[in-house]
Amino acid sequence: MLIRDLANPHRFLALARALVPAFAILAALLLGLGLVLGFRAPADYQQGETVRIMYVHVPAAWMALGTWVLMAASALGTLVWRHPLADVSAKAAAPIGAAFCLICLVTGALWGRPMWGAYWVWDARLTSVLVLFLLYLGVLALWRAIDDQNRAARAVAVLTLVGLVNIPIIKFSVDWWSTLHQPASVFRLSGSTIHPALLTPLFVMALGFAALFLALYLAAMRNEILRRRVRTAHILAATRAER
Amino acid sequence: MELGPHAGFIVAAYAVAAVVIGALVAWVVLDHRAQSRALAELEDRGIGRPRRRS
Repeated sequence: MLIRDLANPHRFLALARALVPAFAILAALLLGLGLVLGFRAPADYQQGETVRIMYVHVPAAWMALGTWVLMAASALGTLVWRHPLADVSAKAAAPIGAAFCLICLVTGALWGRPMWGAYWVWDARLTSVLVLFLLYLGVLALWRAIDDQNRAARAVAVLTLVGLVNIPIIKFSVDWWSTLHQPASVFRLSGSTIHPALLTPLFVMALGFAALFLALYLAAMRNEILRRRVRTAHILAATRAER
Repeated sequence: MELGPHAGFIVAAYAVAAVVIGALVAWVVLDHRAQSRALAELEDRGIGRPRRRS
């Protein structure tokens, strides 16, 4: 199915009706399996049992970054292709991305206290992820600040594309600067430095988070389409009342 | 299961994740109910699109 076919909200709603429960069930199964595998996995030789925090921290971080990239693609859809569902996509994704970013920051702090002796350090990785969270809050505030949804969509799209610069900064911050945060250990050209016994639960949890994101994202898009129908109906009613 | 001396941090991390994800799910479900209800009321008043017969 082409992206352009989804421009018809009826077609999108029919698709969402089928996909939301499917992704929700898949997410429940994968997260359940991931939790079992994660708590059965051996403790790390350095981090001990605290490594289990990684099974929520790392997938949440990946989803927070991935959601911003999705919002940037939606921003292009708004500004360049003027796809009718592009701003619906951006608006639906923002609170979910912000929530994943919050999980990443809080679980990271809860891991940092026993491992580093501090909940927070102003190193490049942590600071750039905090900037990402603030950008998410900025996007949410902008949606609420401008009544005209078309103007709001364009303003959010510009902010999203500007904020995209932060994504490679987050990714490569551990290489470009000396950080307390560990360097990349999963996706590396020379292969992962994590033992498969710890890597398998991480990937299962990551797939679970991805399925959860898709279920929430499609459901939020469906809600936004319904909200716009309600608003249009109210405008219609007001126009009729004026005649 | 024995989670060692840092069990509180591990449990807190999972609890925070569960609360935030639970809030997201509740937001999506409650919002869907609210929008569906509002749309149904408007359609019952003859405003907006007629509901499709299933």
